[in-house]
Amino acid sequence: MKLSLRHLLSVRDLTKRDVELILETSRSFKGISERDIKKVPTLRGRTVVNAFFEDSTRTRLSFEIAEKRLSADTVNFSISGSSMAKKGESFIDTIRNIEAMKPDIFVIRHSQAGAAAQAAKLIHGRVVNAGDGQHEHPTQALLDLFTIREQKGRLKGLKVGIVGDIAHSRVARSDIVLFQKMGMEVSVAGPATFMPFGIEDWNVKVFTDVRAMLPQLDVVMALRIQRERMGEQFFPNEREYARFFGINQAALHEAKESLVIMHPGPVNRGVELSTEVIDGPRSVILDQVTNGVAVRMAILYLLLGDTKEM
Amino acid sequence: MSALVIENGRVIDPAQKIDAKLTVVIDDEGNIADLTSKRVRLPNADVVDARGAIVCPGFIDLHVHLRDPGHEYKEDIDSGTKAAARGGFTLVCCMPNTEPVNDNAAVTDYIVKRAAAVGSVTVLPIGAISKGQKGEQLADIGEMAAAGAIAISDDGRWVQNSSLMRRAFEYAKGFRLPIITHAEDLSLRGRGVMNEGSVSSELGLEGMSPAAEEIAIARDIQLAELTGGHLHVAHVSTAKAVELIRHAKRKGIRVTTEVTPHHFTLTDEVVRGYDPNTKMNPPLRTEVDRRAMIAGLRDGTIDCIATDHAPHAIVDKEVGFDQAAFGIVGLETALSLGLKLVEERQLTLKELIALLTIKPANVFQLKGKGSLKKGTDADITIFDPKKAVTITAKDFLSKSRNTPFEGWKLKGCVTSTIVKGSIVYP
Amino acid sequence: MEPKLLMTEAQMEESLSRVADEIIADGTEGVALVGILTRGVPIAQWLATIIEKKQKKAVATGSLDINLYRDDLSEVGAQPVVRPTELSFPVTGTGVILVDDVLYTGRTIRAAMDALIDYGRPRFIKLMAMVDRGWREFPIQADYVGKKIKTDANENVKVMLQSIDGVNKIVVKRQA
Repeated sequence: MKLSLRHLLSVRDLTKRDVELILETSRSFKGISERDIKKVPTLRGRTVVNAFFEDSTRTRLSFEIAEKRLSADTVNFSISGSSMAKKGESFIDTIRNIEAMKPDIFVIRHSQAGAAAQAAKLIHGRVVNAGDGQHEHPTQALLDLFTIREQKGRLKGLKVGIVGDIAHSRVARSDIVLFQKMGMEVSVAGPATFMPFGIEDWNVKVFTDVRAMLPQLDVVMALRIQRERMGEQFFPNEREYARFFGINQAALHEAKESLVIMHPGPVNRGVELSTEVIDGPRSVILDQVTNGVAVRMAILYLLLGDTKEM
Repeated sequence: MSALVIENGRVIDPAQKIDAKLTVVIDDEGNIADLTSKRVRLPNADVVDARGAIVCPGFIDLHVHLRDPGHEYKEDIDSGTKAAARGGFTLVCCMPNTEPVNDNAAVTDYIVKRAAAVGSVTVLPIGAISKGQKGEQLADIGEMAAAGAIAISDDGRWVQNSSLMRRAFEYAKGFRLPIITHAEDLSLRGRGVMNEGSVSSELGLEGMSPAAEEIAIARDIQLAELTGGHLHVAHVSTAKAVELIRHAKRKGIRVTTEVTPHHFTLTDEVVRGYDPNTKMNPPLRTEVDRRAMIAGLRDGTIDCIATDHAPHAIVDKEVGFDQAAFGIVGLETALSLGLKLVEERQLTLKELIALLTIKPANVFQLKGKGSLKKGTDADITIFDPKKAVTITAKDFLSKSRNTPFEGWKLKGCVTSTIVKGSIVYP
Repeated sequence: MEPKLLMTEAQMEESLSRVADEIIADGTEGVALVGILTRGVPIAQWLATIIEKKQKKAVATGSLDINLYRDDLSEVGAQPVVRPTELSFPVTGTGVILVDDVLYTGRTIRAAMDALIDYGRPRFIKLMAMVDRGWREFPIQADYVGKKIKTDANENVKVMLQSIDGVNKIVVKRQA
């Protein structure tokens, strides 16, 4: 079995069959993390470069653990210590230099949309987009999907709501496309300043009142609010955000008993979600983190297979 | 200089309504001596055989960036005018956003003298509206005019301060200088890097709202009306902006405008793939806007075609889409893209030539330019409109290669460019 | 070319019955039958059923996916589908009998031993193969064999099983 694509840049490139294959494989890989010996020799001798041009603790850690559990040789590269920051080397030149060292997989995180796609044009190995600006975060969307299926046992027909800064969120962009691809109904809620231009064409229901959206949902995903958006006139202050768009116990009053609450992290406690909700029984935020490792293992494993059918 | 005879060509000169197989005779001082249907044999004259080609007035580009002084690694007056000649342009007007900014007579004078010394084609400088293009204080407008500036503009930066802009209109009027506006409300544009629309939303790139351009044009039209000054709107790009200008023209306000070949050829769809060579300002808009550009060219709302030739070195572009410099080179692809409109029957060949010759000459009232009238400078472009070409950036004479048209298969090739009677290309 | 029938369902049952006797004789206390995915799993279950019937006491079973431990991953191209390994007993201290359909080069068994050891330290590992067709590339032999045959290199031994193929039989095909 193989994926229909060479690089994982955008969830748009995935076929439904690719998604199924990744989810199935992730299920198998999840077991590895539950053993005493959390390592298989599968990617022995393969080199994975984690090129993080933007700060990230969780995603990098998750990829690194996934790579180590597959026995790959992992090399980390981050902007702070890079020649790029110090010497003004161009992004493309940095990519060319890393490529010259012949990595098998190139995991890239960058603050600019399209960075992974630009890198993929120069890389002979495989490229995994670990988040490119406000564009996409495909591995996050796949782990979200995996977590939803684990919780609900199915995907088709589920109603999922995403709350918060949709316009600036790569997670929302990937989630919406991937969830819809798998037959889920997606709605979004948040202040209108946080809705992307042309959202009318995205086939999602748009709510400006999160409480009106919650009762119909099977899953709700709250997005992290960036404090700097206040300075850019997207919303007045955190208190007001929490009051109208945050999810607390009171807001959940009319929600389904089986509602699952997710967040891509890190959570601003008391802003997007109240502490009782984060630590409450409906929250699967830590399952998302656990599943992230399995899903990334599956993606790395599957991307390295191609050329001929078994 | 010896005399020159161009024979066997199809001569098209929209200014004189000429479209005929004629011989063009150029005297030994570089002036047009005659257009005649007879065979001409002059002793000591050079002869250009233009069989199968169009012979027309040299193209005029009201909007180029030659990057000289200051950014010669991108382009300089020598390379930029060579690129112009290769593209069939015999006269270019260069924007003031150099380093230092062309906001005083010393810089204007440098450009004029440098162009006279090394330039392949005529270069007319455009001075800044404000000192350092900072939008705070008027630049030395009168002195720049005296040194040869033919218009003023803070190109690349809209003059946000309405009072300063009003004074600029009033002051420049006395020197008969048009004011070129780079219409863009900067606070509304924010951190935008491409057109705000469904494509920017999908790509996760910050959008530049069309409203930022339209608001700026609306204000500048009001100021032109208020002051009676001449407003020239650079690189119009949205349908609504064209409508604003159409309306202003109907009201008799002195407003002119130009469109770039990329805005009448491409839309924001090509930004998918994140090629930094699809990043320019104003950004590529939607298909509705692109069609409005063509409609504007057809009905005369848009006065002329200008390239906004904006050379950038690889280091300015290979930095990811957000940080990449705005702009593309345009001098060496303009004719082929214009001919594409002719092929698509959007324009006639004569209309296209007018948009590249007499019409831009009229916008800036460039006396004796844009036609083949007897006694004027023999600025002539000869091109083969049928010849197939593949756009290949490495063949450009510009120092820069930033084109989104690499590999495009088009038609039309300049075979000779003549400035004041001298063959400057090839 | 028409495949040659090697064993019928009845003959398979007979072989497995004999193997079950051997396993019981060696002792089934603290022993588990672990099928190697895919075809080893139904054979292990079949064998476990026979043992249970004979000794009136169930024997633990499990399934093991060895794909992540293959030594040919860099050569095969498309990645094999990885399925979950299911071992419902602690591997440490258990005597594990690996069950596979065909014993051939021995590479699968090498991978299976590596995989198993990552789950714990078994008391012993033994090997049961439905068919031993020879052509070993590793120093590995089966402790229990359903049927041992001589084959040509261009022959393919296929153990067909009810749950996968809808029929229980073993055939030998000659490859073109």
